[in-house]
Amino acid sequence: MLVKQFCTDIRKYFLYSIISACSQLKAEVANSYLNWFWWVLEPLCFMLIYTFMFGYVFKAREPYFPVFIFVGISMWDFFNRMVKTSVKIIKSNKPIISKVYLPKFILILTKIWVNGFKMAVSFLIVLIMMGIYSVPLSLNIIYFCPIILFFGVFTFGCCVHLLHYGVFIEDLSNVVNICLRLLFYMTGIFYNVETRMPYPYGSILSKWNPLAFFLQSMRGAILYGKTPYRKFLILWLVVGIILSWSGIRKIYKNENSYVKVI
Amino acid sequence: MDEYAIEVTDLCINYRGLKSYSIKKSFLQFKRATVEEFQAIKHVSFSVKKGNILGIIGRNGSGKSTLLNAIAGIFAPDHGTINLKGNSISLLSIGVGFQRELTGRENIILAGMLIGFSEKQILNKMDDIISFAELGDFIDAPVKTYSSGMYSKLAFSITAILETDIMLIDEVLSVGDSKFKKKSYNKMKQLINDKDRTVIIVSHAIETLGSLCDELLWLNDGEIKMQSNPEDVLKEYNNFMK
Repeated sequence: MLVKQFCTDIRKYFLYSIISACSQLKAEVANSYLNWFWWVLEPLCFMLIYTFMFGYVFKAREPYFPVFIFVGISMWDFFNRMVKTSVKIIKSNKPIISKVYLPKFILILTKIWVNGFKMAVSFLIVLIMMGIYSVPLSLNIIYFCPIILFFGVFTFGCCVHLLHYGVFIEDLSNVVNICLRLLFYMTGIFYNVETRMPYPYGSILSKWNPLAFFLQSMRGAILYGKTPYRKFLILWLVVGIILSWSGIRKIYKNENSYVKVI
Repeated sequence: MDEYAIEVTDLCINYRGLKSYSIKKSFLQFKRATVEEFQAIKHVSFSVKKGNILGIIGRNGSGKSTLLNAIAGIFAPDHGTINLKGNSISLLSIGVGFQRELTGRENIILAGMLIGFSEKQILNKMDDIISFAELGDFIDAPVKTYSSGMYSKLAFSITAILETDIMLIDEVLSVGDSKFKKKSYNKMKQLINDKDRTVIIVSHAIETLGSLCDELLWLNDGEIKMQSNPEDVLKEYNNFMK
């Protein structure tokens, strides 16, 4: 029943989400002076800052350190943006929601395309940087696809829950910001959690913190020719699917009441 | 045999305990806030024949707009069912929602898709919508730069040109300047008079309803007080309102 409803809705609104995402990206480009350049410039500047701070001041010893950081920033930015917008997504789309019906998770899907596109741009830069630093490629690079896909599913799962609770809890965004900051430092955007954290916390975090796990696996696969822990990759995919599933169920049950609250 | 386009059975809609809640408040207040329950629609059942025009009258706060929103699918019924028999539906006059950052043209496509049209159908009607809305070059500017009149003109044009099987009209229109008002009124009349289209109108303009509608429904405090032909209902209603 739920599966059927979900499939028909996806079929019906998939194109809408794509077109909406394209328009949003276009609008973002049209409204700023440096246009799409910001998508490149922002992560690039953060990478320079982190490289300076952690590469020179704190003397990090990771090989290909700037690329290492850039991979981290690309994926973190995606997650961070998704989570922050999801909490407020119903309120910020009030003009639409109060006038016509649409399944509310479609709003999240739209944002996945928008932020996914930005992440793709930033991975393009990773590719260029890998060329500049002449990073040796290994066959493990094929893990890029499953990692990014599973990461997307996991993010979607988190976001659908936040969408629901964001409607009913006014100050959820404050809590989410604090949690994101904690997660940011526990994920190792600019350092290696596995080696920098004292034993056993490093290895615990790098497996049981999903963000750290996805980041570490991605870096391992594309920079250092390492095969990711497949068991954990599957585990986090399953967690992502369960989260998405329960979230979508919750949204279907409650979505029509959202209008009464906002 | 008469075919029904809308069947509403035993519909209830509550506004209950759905106040949003903040973590800060729950720290500061130990007492739980009392849950207020308010039933806006109470066990309402009615049906509308295909091609008919139903008018809904009633005092302010009697649940007319809530009922329309429920039929449009924006509110879920707390009890009972609304069966639209697979007809496409749109809320005329309240219009459609826009994404403020996007241009008018992009919003036409997105809004049209949400009502249930394909991209191709919308592109075919795009020029009609743009010329009806009289926005000129503004159509390619972000909607946030529009004046409120331009905003509602565009919203009206989309729902008026992209015709749906069922149209819900909340308050007879007063959109834009006097010229546009006339034009939109005529367009609405043309839409309403289409024999295949089922229409529900909510209004306080009793005379207009009397002349337009095939049937009137009188809502009072969320309950149906009367449903019959316009003459009888209006007579009773006028007596009641005195």
